[in-house]
Amino acid sequence: MAQYLMSVLDEKGGRATAEEMAAIDVFNEKLQADGNWVFAGGLASPGSATVVDGRDGEPVFTDGPYLESKEHIIGFWIVEAPHLDVALRLAAQGSKSCNRRVELRPFLSE
Amino acid sequence: MTDVGEVITRVHHAEWARLVATLTRRLGDLDVAEEMAAEAFASAVERWPVDGVPPNPGAWLTTTAYRRAVDRLRREVRREEKHREALMLFDPPEPLGAIDDGRLRLVFTCCHPALAVEARVALTLRMVGGLTVPEIARAFLVEEGAMGRRITRAKSKIKAARIPFGVPLREDIPGRISGVLAVLYLIFNEGYLTSNSATEPVRADLTAEAIRLTRLVRELMPDDGEATGLLALMLLTEARRAARVSATGDLVTLGEQDRGAWDRGLIAEGHALVRARLATGQAPGRYQILAAINAVHTDVPDIRDTDWSQIVALYDQLARRDPSPIVRLNRAVAVAELDGPQVALAEIDQLPLAGYHAFHATRAELLRRLGRSEQAQAAYDRAVELAGNSAEAAYLVRRRDQLSGAS
Repeated sequence: MAQYLMSVLDEKGGRATAEEMAAIDVFNEKLQADGNWVFAGGLASPGSATVVDGRDGEPVFTDGPYLESKEHIIGFWIVEAPHLDVALRLAAQGSKSCNRRVELRPFLSE
Repeated sequence: MTDVGEVITRVHHAEWARLVATLTRRLGDLDVAEEMAAEAFASAVERWPVDGVPPNPGAWLTTTAYRRAVDRLRREVRREEKHREALMLFDPPEPLGAIDDGRLRLVFTCCHPALAVEARVALTLRMVGGLTVPEIARAFLVEEGAMGRRITRAKSKIKAARIPFGVPLREDIPGRISGVLAVLYLIFNEGYLTSNSATEPVRADLTAEAIRLTRLVRELMPDDGEATGLLALMLLTEARRAARVSATGDLVTLGEQDRGAWDRGLIAEGHALVRARLATGQAPGRYQILAAINAVHTDVPDIRDTDWSQIVALYDQLARRDPSPIVRLNRAVAVAELDGPQVALAEIDQLPLAGYHAFHATRAELLRRLGRSEQAQAAYDRAVELAGNSAEAAYLVRRRDQLSGAS
């Protein structure tokens, strides 16, 4: 089994609608029932981010996201799947449920 | 010596994909499999002229490659602990032939939709076709290092993202098969009418390779009508190759081709495949319809005998499946023969294809036939500007210049 990160990409800048939330709940339940669920969460807007650099002496805090972009990540799933074909199917269902594009990326396995 | 060389080439053609597939399955790693397969063939080149060709070349290659893999993994014990364990679980090499579908797995892996299209093409030629990286780089006029990186990157993604070495999920199968056929058709077209102006207009090495791979895929999926359709389409297109470019490097259109120079053997084989598909009574897909259109064209000794109504009907069938402007453009060429250039021109003038050279070339021909020389000339100019293929451009320039000579 491998784990994959499914990041939800948002360009509308809005939160999920009630309808989208309901679809996401259904998808989450399916992930749990089928044994693909690891973790999931929604993120607050990029404006709430703080960049922290603690590498040298006193940490430096910078307000705002690391990258300004038109599209940003507003949530994610971590799923477990035997291989990419299954993960792609899950990503397609996830994308449909939250009505947004998702980026599927494997975790390092070794 | 030469004899052994020929045997090795033949064995390479016959056994490469099977060898890579078998090794990938045993070693669980496409990259190592490819490398070991290449090393096994290098040993064959060294050993066979001295020791003679082994009675079962495929088994010899598998055993040799497998031994090398084991040796190598032993040398890398520390880093490759996992692989070593995995290797211990496998039985000694089984004779070739028992797991034919390994090659099909290989094809599906190389044509996986999560890979970039150009990576699918390169991987398929390397892993299934057995072409070397320099050969593939030359075929696509890409610098060797860049092609090597493209393939390496694809292999890394296969590993990191766990693209499976297997037959697709049931619900993915139709899409994945058409993805495989699309890759094969792309290789064929790059050979048949390359978009690159810096190369030979027709590249027999690539068309031959595409046909060879399509034969293999059809053999592996004998019940897939589109695999058969694609093979028929390629054969009927390839049959006209020799007649398609003139001695001076111009494109020769279907009407002007010396039909005596067509390859009768390929035509007969293509026609037989088209007939076999028709006999199934199943609704044909895109490649089968295109093959049928080519079968009509190659059925007559003179273009004037062409059954244009049949061709228009086939394009109608195609347009119902694929209502793209390019299909409608090709249909209009047949309509011009059936209903005249005026009708055809009215149909194509609405098409959103202003950036496509064949659109302007077709318009130019129709305008020419209607005696509208000035407009025809302008259309030829535009077509020449957009044509990437050297033979096509040369043909268009000649047609345009004839026009100015006549007016």
